[in-house]
Amino acid sequence: MNIIDELIFHSPALIVAIPLLGAFLTPLISKINDKLRNGFVIFIVLLTSAIVLLLANDIYSVCGKIHTYVFGGTQTITEGGFAIRILFEVDGLNIFMALIATILAIAGVIYSWAFMKENTGLDKYYTLYLLMIAGMFGMILTGDMFNFFVFLEISSIASCALIAFWTNKGKAVDAGFKYIVISATGALFILFAVAILYGQYNALNMAVLASKIQFSFLDKIALVLLISGLAMKAGIVPMHMWLPDAYGRAPSSVTLILIGVTQASLYGALRMIFTVYGGNLTNTLNQIGDINIDLNLLLGIFIVGLSLLTIFIGVLMALKENNFKRMIAFAAVAEIGYMILAIGSALTTAFSTTDTTTGVMALKGGIFHILNDALDVGLLFLVAGAVYYATKETSLNSLGGLARNMKYTTIFFLIGLLAVSGMPPMNGFASKLIIYQSTYQVNPILAIVAILCSILLLAVFVKVFHSAFLGPKLPKFDEVKEVPKSMLLAMGIIAVIIIFIGLFPDLVLNNIVQPAVNALTDHTNYISNVIGGIQP
Amino acid sequence: MIEIQDFLRTLGTDSGFWNPLVWGIIIIIAFLVVYIIRGYGKKEYKKQTEQTKVFLSGNPELEKEEMHVKASNIYWGFMESFKWLYSGLDKMHTGNVSDYILWFVVIMGVFFIILGVI
Repeated sequence: MNIIDELIFHSPALIVAIPLLGAFLTPLISKINDKLRNGFVIFIVLLTSAIVLLLANDIYSVCGKIHTYVFGGTQTITEGGFAIRILFEVDGLNIFMALIATILAIAGVIYSWAFMKENTGLDKYYTLYLLMIAGMFGMILTGDMFNFFVFLEISSIASCALIAFWTNKGKAVDAGFKYIVISATGALFILFAVAILYGQYNALNMAVLASKIQFSFLDKIALVLLISGLAMKAGIVPMHMWLPDAYGRAPSSVTLILIGVTQASLYGALRMIFTVYGGNLTNTLNQIGDINIDLNLLLGIFIVGLSLLTIFIGVLMALKENNFKRMIAFAAVAEIGYMILAIGSALTTAFSTTDTTTGVMALKGGIFHILNDALDVGLLFLVAGAVYYATKETSLNSLGGLARNMKYTTIFFLIGLLAVSGMPPMNGFASKLIIYQSTYQVNPILAIVAILCSILLLAVFVKVFHSAFLGPKLPKFDEVKEVPKSMLLAMGIIAVIIIFIGLFPDLVLNNIVQPAVNALTDHTNYISNVIGGIQP
Repeated sequence: MIEIQDFLRTLGTDSGFWNPLVWGIIIIIAFLVVYIIRGYGKKEYKKQTEQTKVFLSGNPELEKEEMHVKASNIYWGFMESFKWLYSGLDKMHTGNVSDYILWFVVIMGVFFIILGVI
């Protein structure tokens, strides 16, 4: 093997190990020089991103390829038949999520350079920042249930500290406290579920569990605990209330990574439903009186109900909110609703023998929207941070006329506004079009509610655009200048990707989204890759 | 390997389609139409003259802060109409972390009933 092959072979471990090691080196480098530390952190993130791209190239080179990396050995199953080794299993879905995390990490760390410049304690900030990134990548890449819990905890603890980073503001500390309570509670139930599964099957490996699971009463309890815990971490209504607090009070650069962590939780829920329990959902019937109902249909209806609630309440609360970042946070809740609407709709039809296309299409829309939501909401948060950086104001009532002083930021906001509202030619349009189309096949009312709420979402951001950027130039903002170049660069990177995906959605769908959908629907491939051993 | 023509492929759903080339042509036509309409505008318009001053039916011009419509005033009518809904939503969003956990327990309970009991 040449060095590139070696790098690709070890890449799943390196993607987590490099930011983890970087995190612990950061305080030491900080002692030398602040600029050197900032450069080092950017280098670490870029190096990790390069390895993610290498791995992505490897995964996408062969259709349906899964890259398995076993820690401390070459075989996943030991001679006694025990699957005790920790392994990372990277398929189309894992790498799709890793690519999203990569974009967020690069933009976040570049943005931090100027945005956090005036703050003290930046050695701690960057250490926690890299830990958060390592935790996020770990959650995305691992194929082990307990390992997933560990990375969830790593990201949660780092996130909590970063949400409360501005300790001089009481509300930030309050938001950090709420976040850790919510995260710890969710993680505790996930751990409980992992223990239930381990107690029954002597395995923690997701693929091995998927092959063994019997869907007993205990397994059902484990599924309830897993999905509830992850749904709370993903911010699904009515378990979303921590999200505006955390997103709203954290520095914008941190909020960007928080979006990634939230989506990693959503990924976890997808992995549990479709891969670990996927085989049983197809052939399990629940009995209501004399009627037998497919379990996937029942689960799908429940998820669709929660998604409608998520979209509706998210949008309505965003419309009312006058704090810039909290408003975007509520809009982010609504956007999560669109993703789970598609996933719920997919569940109701994905395993149907008569209608296979609708479920797959819904899943495609939902997964595509994960990428688009991360970019759109992420860009809006960066704009909100830029406005705060320039004006020190967060209340929309105090803002106005900023388009005259902050031209580039205004353009970036406009791009984010159009994208999050699903307007062409931005990326949100393509994924929402697929979601509307597929949910209409399931039930027209779902598509109608989704479209109406998308219009309301546009109304939300038109309000922001008018109150913050338009109107006469306010005398108190005479001295306001455009934000530094590194912040503009971070926003520019995301804006360019948004426009690129918006213009060429079919390219992204076929090359990145479709492999992720295939990975989710073909759970037998995921299982056989581990049970059949790894290919050296 | 991604070819040039892959960029121009059409995203098709049963109800519509998206093609960057078609969109580009339409947007150019739209801008042309806007430009033509603009051409019919009054030629005597002059910047930085009396023409551009605010006229409020003879009333004095307000301070700039007062002229700007604040965020909380936008959609005021909508908020008033849905006061009943918002009062319920406000009660739900208490900001108390114990309530957050309560909602989690409620959803977990409902989920358990659906999956485990039914």
